[in-house]
Amino acid sequence: MKKEKTMKLTLPEEELVGSGHLACQGCGAVLAMRDVLKALGPKTVLCIPACCWSVIDGPFPHSTLGVSIFHCAFETAASSASGLKAGLEMVGDTETTVVAWAGDGGTFDIGIQALSGAAERNEDIIYVCYDNEAYMNTGIQRSSATPYGAWTTTTPVKHFKNRPKKDIDAIIAAHRVPYQATANIAYPEDLFKKMKKAKDIKGTRFFHIWAPCPAGWKSRPEDTVKLARLAVQTTLFPIYEVENGEKYTLNINVKEPKPIKDYIRLQGRFRHLKDSDIEFIQEETNRRWDRIRKLCGL
Amino acid sequence: MKKVIMGNHALSYGAMLGRAQVIAAYPITPQTQVVELLSEMCASKALDAKFIKVESEHSAMAACLGASLAGARTFTATSSQGLALMHELLHWASGGRLPVVMGNINRSMAPGWSIWADQNDSLSQRDTGWMQFYCASNQEVLDSTIQAFKVSEALAIPSMIILDAFAISHTYEVVDVPDQAAVDAYLPPFKPALKLTSSEPHAFGGLTGPEHYFELRYKLQKDMEKAPALIDQTGLEFEKMFGRRLEQVEEYRCDDAEIILVTSGTAGYTARVAVDELRRKGVKAGNCRIRVFRPFPFDEVRRVAAKARRMAVVDRNISYGCHGIFYQEVKSALYGGADTPPIFGFIAGLGGRDITPGDFGDIARYAMSKPKPEEEIVWIGVKK
Repeated sequence: MKKEKTMKLTLPEEELVGSGHLACQGCGAVLAMRDVLKALGPKTVLCIPACCWSVIDGPFPHSTLGVSIFHCAFETAASSASGLKAGLEMVGDTETTVVAWAGDGGTFDIGIQALSGAAERNEDIIYVCYDNEAYMNTGIQRSSATPYGAWTTTTPVKHFKNRPKKDIDAIIAAHRVPYQATANIAYPEDLFKKMKKAKDIKGTRFFHIWAPCPAGWKSRPEDTVKLARLAVQTTLFPIYEVENGEKYTLNINVKEPKPIKDYIRLQGRFRHLKDSDIEFIQEETNRRWDRIRKLCGL
Repeated sequence: MKKVIMGNHALSYGAMLGRAQVIAAYPITPQTQVVELLSEMCASKALDAKFIKVESEHSAMAACLGASLAGARTFTATSSQGLALMHELLHWASGGRLPVVMGNINRSMAPGWSIWADQNDSLSQRDTGWMQFYCASNQEVLDSTIQAFKVSEALAIPSMIILDAFAISHTYEVVDVPDQAAVDAYLPPFKPALKLTSSEPHAFGGLTGPEHYFELRYKLQKDMEKAPALIDQTGLEFEKMFGRRLEQVEEYRCDDAEIILVTSGTAGYTARVAVDELRRKGVKAGNCRIRVFRPFPFDEVRRVAAKARRMAVVDRNISYGCHGIFYQEVKSALYGGADTPPIFGFIAGLGGRDITPGDFGDIARYAMSKPKPEEEIVWIGVKK
């Protein structure tokens, strides 16, 4: 008699992201929300500025999420969340977790002032940036999170982006917030565990979540998780956490990094790159990986 | 209790007696004393509120909106450039039906840098869906602030309490500061019909298509139209409890007036001095001070205009390429009336230049000397 195979669930079954949302096929941002809400649970409220998620949730009067949302102005995720937290406490709710949920444009660019202010004040909020490396909601324009070499509609192939991605994690670390972490939709258990940990810490907590975008990266929807995993396996996007801006811990070590080419060549946005360009990206990736490993004491 | 306080502190006391629960503010001259005193009140627990010391006015308003959505009474104060920086979120406040109360010290817009009074900062926010109250004394600042919480929360529409830079903000006057218990009896705690909680999930302010957006704006206007009656009603309740009455439009010696000077802010009290002087010289002058600018007090302005042979609207502001803004609005309100008097438009005092009783005398004599306006704008005191 054949033995029935059972699989142990590593994440809670409860879903707070409903079906019927408006995301594109293979959207990394939806997986990010799903994992985060599994960790935080229903006693959570979100401030969502202009970003893909302000559309994904669905138009008024519909909402796909099982938690409340304050749809706030583009540059105000952190400041709106600061006010929301203060307001909830003043009306007697000290339990609810307030999350600012913004894309890379709303975090690296237009929202960085409000984010820096909130982080410096150590507001008791969790700030999540789901990073798809461009203004995808408006149709793929470059942001300061767009990597070197990428095509976007405002960095056409002839003038592809020739500046590196802004190091938002170093900027946040410079604020010495109690907790920050990078995370990736291809590693949901790691994300879940760190979000659970963050939930019980007081003060500003920052998450930078890697969220591939097939529409903007010109990749196949079915490759989303694969690309996210490759971002880690190539060491392009190291997975680590930082406490108080000082104590770095590498959460996922990569002993034998895969070549960056494996990651690059799955995406149409890098199609124009020559081998020499990719070699340059490889060198930059190695240099940053060494730096993070050193910070983590490895 | 009577206290000698500056106009800015009248705003702080108004917010304190109104039991503001969340305050978020950023400093700007000439507003700073408003938030300095409030931060002291919060630190000493005289006021049980959270004070969020944000890094910009934009974040100040954003934080107020978040707090208001959670059901907390919120207050902020700013001026000029700070108000302009908030502009986007002023729409967010009214569109989100969040009854934030804000003090704005009228200060001229740069460049050149100016810290002195004119009204172009607040009037540039005319169409953002906020109620606007232009004050003429420190007492009025305090009373308006307390009443604004009540009116704003009843209508779910935010309010701006507006006072002239220095002429009010830094001027000390005797102010009757009411007892907390009396204000508590007048102003109940904020209990919004809808608020954001984690126990009942709702999305606020999401994507709204053409099939719904129009009606939301229609409702905002319909509620704004309820404001004049509510302002009168809450004003009467306030008078019963505190003995002071604030009206939408304040008349001074208008009943038999040949010329009515229409003003706003502190210029109104200067105009009264001019009215008395003119009357001593045999000119029957009066003053109509417009206190509530949004919603526009159509009925009150029409009632006053019916008494006038001529009206002279004096604006400390300008809509470039057009007129002074109160002038436009008064003319618009009176257009087509059977007995509409000739209405003259004057611009004076931009960038904080003084508007003196003598200026008002000149304005009255000019308007009396012409059968109808000959110029789109008559400039007072400008070096041409």
